[in-house]
Amino acid sequence: MRTAVSLRDLRKLMHAIGFPLWNSLSDLLPIIAVVAVFQLLVFQQPLRNAGQLFLGLSMVIIGLSLFIAGLRLGLFPLGEGMAHDFARKGSVPWLILFAFCLGFGTTFAEPALITIANEAAHVKFAEQAGDEARALQRTFALTLRTTVAIAVGIALMLGVVRIIKGWPVQYFILVGYCFVMLITPFAPSNIIGIAYDSGGVATSTITVPLTAALGVGLASSIQGRNPLFDGFGMIALAALTPILFVLGLGIIWP
Amino acid sequence: MNALEIFGNSIYNTIRDVLPLVAIIAFFQLAVLRRPLLNLPRLVCGWCFVVIGLSLFLTGLKLGLFPLGEEMAVQLLQRPEVNIQEAQVVEGAAAIVPFYNYYWTYIFAFAIGVSTTIAEPALIAVAMKAEEVSGGTIRAWGLRLAVALGVGIGVAMGTLRIVLGTPLPYFIITGYVAIMIQTCFAPKQIVPLAYDSGGVTTSTVTVPLVAALGLGLASRVPGRDPVIDGFGLIAFASLFPMMTVMGYAQLAAWLNRRPSQRTSNLE
Repeated sequence: MRTAVSLRDLRKLMHAIGFPLWNSLSDLLPIIAVVAVFQLLVFQQPLRNAGQLFLGLSMVIIGLSLFIAGLRLGLFPLGEGMAHDFARKGSVPWLILFAFCLGFGTTFAEPALITIANEAAHVKFAEQAGDEARALQRTFALTLRTTVAIAVGIALMLGVVRIIKGWPVQYFILVGYCFVMLITPFAPSNIIGIAYDSGGVATSTITVPLTAALGVGLASSIQGRNPLFDGFGMIALAALTPILFVLGLGIIWP
Repeated sequence: MNALEIFGNSIYNTIRDVLPLVAIIAFFQLAVLRRPLLNLPRLVCGWCFVVIGLSLFLTGLKLGLFPLGEEMAVQLLQRPEVNIQEAQVVEGAAAIVPFYNYYWTYIFAFAIGVSTTIAEPALIAVAMKAEEVSGGTIRAWGLRLAVALGVGIGVAMGTLRIVLGTPLPYFIITGYVAIMIQTCFAPKQIVPLAYDSGGVTTSTVTVPLVAALGLGLASRVPGRDPVIDGFGLIAFASLFPMMTVMGYAQLAAWLNRRPSQRTSNLE
């Protein structure tokens, strides 16, 4: 019995890996076309390191196929399963805490954010030297990371409350952007670009599918909610709050 | 450039990315929900696929595409038509290259924005979910093309802004106002998805290439400060997809309405 099931799973699994290889290739065709056209027609230069490029592209295609198979097998079912379980348990405070931890935890550890925070701190204290400036830099980078992480945590919290209550997402977004416009003139000019960019950086390739599955799962297990209309919108909130919070940090920071 | 070394690094980074997620999920699953996970081996297998797949994907990008893309961005800024500072002197001011001489930069920015967004894994994931949830009324490919077009326009506009030197907030605030107005007229169902696609677009593939282009451009165009002008391209890239996705839905709704008006009065 057990072996029969696992054999069937294995066949399904092979199918799940084999089929998307072609799809992944077609996902990459536009990039290949752009690179070829610019390199050969505009710059009129031959491709150097063609072997390495080919190796890289094969890895990208296999990797993308594996990733998408993994989404179907692991990320989506887990996100939706947890959403259903939380809905069945009916405990809103735990769900809200879960959403906050998810947002905070993943963002704080996000490598892209760590890079940006260090860069921003380096830029901000560029003219100062010595140990004191280095300590200041480290504090600033850490504060920036914490700020963005708290912002994303609060965004997911708000997103969950919004799905439970059935509030349309545009109200949050409109009010949020109004706030962004209002406080932008008061923020120092060297933080504005970083603040606007931090909204896009905070949502990583693994967090996005999980958040989408969580939102859709939650919306489909609460009566009266539409998975399309209520399930999406969390990522938008997670892209908005960091802008607001980092601008705020720029104003408050001495 | 050792492929294995890059792969090891990518695996390490991806695992570091996933570890807090797994810890949080495990804690809530064991301590709060206290329910066994359905089909645990399958889930674990799927997560391993995600980690290995993403690491391979990133390694491949770092081996092939990123160096080439950065090299192309540099070559683009060394082209003769953007390096004629002495030839055209605007009265009183310093030598200036007219903004339209950067046409290859804008075309490259658009092409890179569109093509990298098509390959963006997070967008593929969201488009899959959207097609599934909408029962097929939203096509995954249609959504992805709409987002890609938006990113392309956004990055091209962003490079134009760097060349012109207009402050970032002017563009962004105008964009937000346009989105607010469009929201009132777009089909209600698409709005959350359109807003989400703004945040989704900018992850693994697009950001490094676009950032290289932005910083390179800001350090080459006279009078631009990489610190102030180099950032902000990503903000552009997440602004315009909201418009194009809502536009896509408006177009689809309009196309659907036309034949139905002719045949029946169901609407």
